[in-house]
Amino acid sequence: MKWLLAYIAPYKARIVFELAIKTVATSMDLCIPWILGHIIDVVIPAGNAPRIALWGALMILCSIICVVGNVSANRLASSVARDTTMNIRHDLFGKIMSLSSERMDYFTVPSLVSRITTDTYNINNMTGMILRLGIRAPILLFGGMFITLSMDATLAAVWIAALPMAIGVFVIVSARGIPLFTRLQQSIDDMVRVIRENISGVRVIKALSKTEYEKNRFSGVNERVSANEERANAAMSITNPAINMLLNLALSVVILIGAYRVSGGRTGVGTLVAFTSYFTVILNAVMGITRIFVVISKAAASARRIGGVLFDESDFGTEKLPASDSAYISFKDVSFSYNKRKDNLSDISFSLNKGETLGIIGATGSGKTTLINLLMRFYDADKGEIIIDGRNVRSYDKDILRRKFGVVFQNDILFADSVKNNIRFGREIDDENIISALKSAQAYDFVQNLRHGIDTALNPKGNDLSGGQKQRLLIARALAAQPEILVLDDSSSALDYKTDAALRAALAENYAGTTLIIIAQRISSVKDMDCIIFLDNGRIEGMGTHEQLMAECAMYKETADLQMGV
Amino acid sequence: MARRGLSDKTDRPKDIKYVLRRLWGYLMRYKAWLIAAAALTGAGNICALIGPSLSGRAIDAIHPSGGTDFKEVGICVALMVIFYVLSSVLSYLLSVLMIHITRKIVFAMRRDAFNSLAALPVNYFDSNYAGDIISRLSYDIDTVNTSLSSDLVQILASAITIAGAFIMMLTISPALSAVFLVTIPLSVAVTSFITKKVHPLFRKRSAALGDLNGYAEEMITGQKTIRAYSCEDEIMRRFDEKNGEACRSFYNADYYGSMAGPSMGFINNLSLSLISILGAALYLFGRISIGSISSFVLYSRKFAGPINELANIVNELQSSCAAAERVFRLIDEEKENARDAIDEDAEINGTDVSLSHVRFGYTPDKMVIHDLSLDVREGALIAVTGPTGAGKTTLINLLMRFYDAQSGSIKIDGVNIKSVSRDDLRRLYAMVLQETWLFNGTVYENIAYAKPDATEDDVISAAKAARIHEFIERLPNGYDTVLSENGINISKGQKQLLTIARAMLCDAKMLILDEATSNVDTRTEQYISNAMRSLMKDKTCFVIAHRLSTIKNADTILVVNDGDITEKGTHDELMKKRGAYYQMYMSQYR
Repeated sequence: MKWLLAYIAPYKARIVFELAIKTVATSMDLCIPWILGHIIDVVIPAGNAPRIALWGALMILCSIICVVGNVSANRLASSVARDTTMNIRHDLFGKIMSLSSERMDYFTVPSLVSRITTDTYNINNMTGMILRLGIRAPILLFGGMFITLSMDATLAAVWIAALPMAIGVFVIVSARGIPLFTRLQQSIDDMVRVIRENISGVRVIKALSKTEYEKNRFSGVNERVSANEERANAAMSITNPAINMLLNLALSVVILIGAYRVSGGRTGVGTLVAFTSYFTVILNAVMGITRIFVVISKAAASARRIGGVLFDESDFGTEKLPASDSAYISFKDVSFSYNKRKDNLSDISFSLNKGETLGIIGATGSGKTTLINLLMRFYDADKGEIIIDGRNVRSYDKDILRRKFGVVFQNDILFADSVKNNIRFGREIDDENIISALKSAQAYDFVQNLRHGIDTALNPKGNDLSGGQKQRLLIARALAAQPEILVLDDSSSALDYKTDAALRAALAENYAGTTLIIIAQRISSVKDMDCIIFLDNGRIEGMGTHEQLMAECAMYKETADLQMGV
Repeated sequence: MARRGLSDKTDRPKDIKYVLRRLWGYLMRYKAWLIAAAALTGAGNICALIGPSLSGRAIDAIHPSGGTDFKEVGICVALMVIFYVLSSVLSYLLSVLMIHITRKIVFAMRRDAFNSLAALPVNYFDSNYAGDIISRLSYDIDTVNTSLSSDLVQILASAITIAGAFIMMLTISPALSAVFLVTIPLSVAVTSFITKKVHPLFRKRSAALGDLNGYAEEMITGQKTIRAYSCEDEIMRRFDEKNGEACRSFYNADYYGSMAGPSMGFINNLSLSLISILGAALYLFGRISIGSISSFVLYSRKFAGPINELANIVNELQSSCAAAERVFRLIDEEKENARDAIDEDAEINGTDVSLSHVRFGYTPDKMVIHDLSLDVREGALIAVTGPTGAGKTTLINLLMRFYDAQSGSIKIDGVNIKSVSRDDLRRLYAMVLQETWLFNGTVYENIAYAKPDATEDDVISAAKAARIHEFIERLPNGYDTVLSENGINISKGQKQLLTIARAMLCDAKMLILDEATSNVDTRTEQYISNAMRSLMKDKTCFVIAHRLSTIKNADTILVVNDGDITEKGTHDELMKKRGAYYQMYMSQYR
């Protein structure tokens, strides 16, 4: 929760100004009853019409100052809340974008989505509310405390004694409440996950007629969210009545003791009457504080969740490592495991010169994608060295490292934006390059046939395109910046052979200087590569040209024979 | 395709009525409890009102210098304690009850929203942001929740206090009450001004937050790609735009909304001033006593609190109205089966499939399939191939009725598929799609998904047939391993194998494989297709594939281009023809 202060701090001046205005407005609010009493007690009995008018006018003036002050203070409070939230969201989103793959897996997408929306929203609510109401209640409380103390210190001591108990209630309730709100937010994560799954799996669910099943599944998370909501809210709802009761009981004791004091002549009846009416003001102030307190408890759970991401030790740092004079890309005895128990890649060594082409082939789960994950440093290898252009990947600034690449992942996505922007993807690429990338990716023809050509807006996740069309746009994206290294991870699987062959021809012709790494299932996609690696169970089973592997690697030959229908 | 999620930004004057009507429907399901809540509110308020009058009585009994009636004081204080405790207990019960009622209502709203989601056509999901839909079910419903659980009680309590005070004032001095002829219309005018001003702002706020959520969800999903291209800056810029929009619209709504409280306070202060001026005038003319003015003022002070509360509530109600509207729009979205005309007598077993002159496009101006006719006999293996974007997956969309053809008909056993329920139709097929879909559950649950009553043996033999059993065995918890969303340890090919195992468990009459093994290595694929073949011996099979080794053995191979069948026949026939298929087949050797 403390980190929040750092986000509010820049707006110190605005907050001080806001509080000053609010203080003036609140004191006007307190002046009005006093003027009213004066009018009734002194001015009206005197019967002087001009003075009545004067005091009446003064009262109206106070009211106007009060409304103008409050409105502008509220406006300032909301603006501080707005700017604080904006900055928190900005930083949170930026942080999420830089999280390493391992941390992404840890936080999960649904939880991150709800942190960036619902949780920041709770913070927004809280900041605004504290700034709007947070000054009035303390002023009333301390004002009331001061006045009652000056009237009769003994009686005032009675109700002030109730305050530590009230604070005790706050402490106990929030100790119970905050974990409940945290749990509520977690169950909301689960709910978001089920909704997301249902959205992404809509075809499968409908095809398998599992709608009823999914409804039940949702009903389960819905029930949990509702139950957690009720539990958290119910835990908080004790505060108001408890505080109310505490203070009212204090009032009862005040009257009882007051009776003795009045009898003993130590205080007057009038004081006692005034005391009770001030007590109403104090009670309202404490109730205001209670409301703020409930909002704070809810936001505290959210603040912790946001802070958890914001201050996560995320991406790998850049290390200073000696330069190496090996080939352009080289793996030296690299091993890696996701769960640190069983290796997903073991003792991988190979090297590749600039402009050469590498094909990687092998059974599903043999570690092909993992190899790319290490090369691009989405994960760090457990053992061994990975060198690109004479430097260990660990010694690169990650932006510089990744800018060398153009890549299409297996489950890559397009965004709800124009074709052009999807390919440019925030980089400085002119239209000419975009079009030539589209042409090389064999996508230009179909893009031209879209309603607005390259300016056509795609649906979310590009799901108004066919699988092969998507893949070709993704390839165009990878090509557009003329990368040093092009990585295609099984990203031509939805292309027909003819298009696939045309794509490879275009790559060979237009991107001759580019080092190309292709992961594929089809032998035809890799057979012209300078080097082919056949992976099996995380180990290199065979390495060499197509001809060499056909002669030396039995598993490779078997695959090739099957595909060629021999 | 239009973004329907965003189209409900446009203003329609009947919105508030629509929302209130729908909300009323939900509230009325808990009529009895609401009446109980109202009773509790009444009782609690009365107890709270008795307290001050008791303290007044106690003070009246206190006299300086020994004249105090301590017995009376003692009784009054004892009663005060009792009533205050009682009032606190009642108010606690009331809030617990309201929280409970709200829980029920909110649960029902979320359930209805989700059920509506489940019944919406595929098209809805293709054209709406997942994040926006999520925002409706989480943020929007949460807003309704917050306001229901506290505001309803507040309105009732305030109304009781205001009504009581108003009656008292009327009895004291009807003449002074004339002040309210000015202030009440004024407050109505101010409230309705703010309401009108603020309603669209709150709608915008909900929509902007949904938009932000949609963007954030999409980008977080594609985080790895964004990092790979180091284009965080551009993404951040776009995010900042949406974030700014969301924060600004939050601020705008807040700004105007939070004017309500001070404005009401102003009107109340104004009425106090007017009362004192008018009261003074009446006093000067000898029409009213100072004491009456004083107690009139006291009662009108009592107005201040609840009126202020009401003004604040108006604000919150606006916000929840806007949120509720988005939820109700989702609930009332036209369902997939809204226009169905189901013939109860029609029965399909899923043997023969025939398409005649089918014409279809996702948008009316661009046809994907022009004129497709096809007859498929029972047990046939139909393979569909052709260049990407030729309409192969579209064919599946039509067979499964994810979309309906613009013209022409699709018949199964001679029955038009439009005249049977979608569930009955879809139950005929087992399907493995290009896009693998696994949910957050164990491996076992994912395989048994289509057939919950499958035995462990069934599941294992399906996994074996799909060549994924060994992999599963090697997972940390075997079949009980939970597949988390990102499932880093599972490659796309393995995901495909899991979905194939799932389809193999299905007791369907027909099988659809849409590039089901595109990321699976050839050796495994070969094995699976043999297993599949024996499993589907007598069943009709549709296979979409590029890898020609996958489809070589099909009974009929259809070559599709631009939505039309250009070639049709067995592998041998098509090879002899030396047309497009021959070209494709030969190209894989190049």
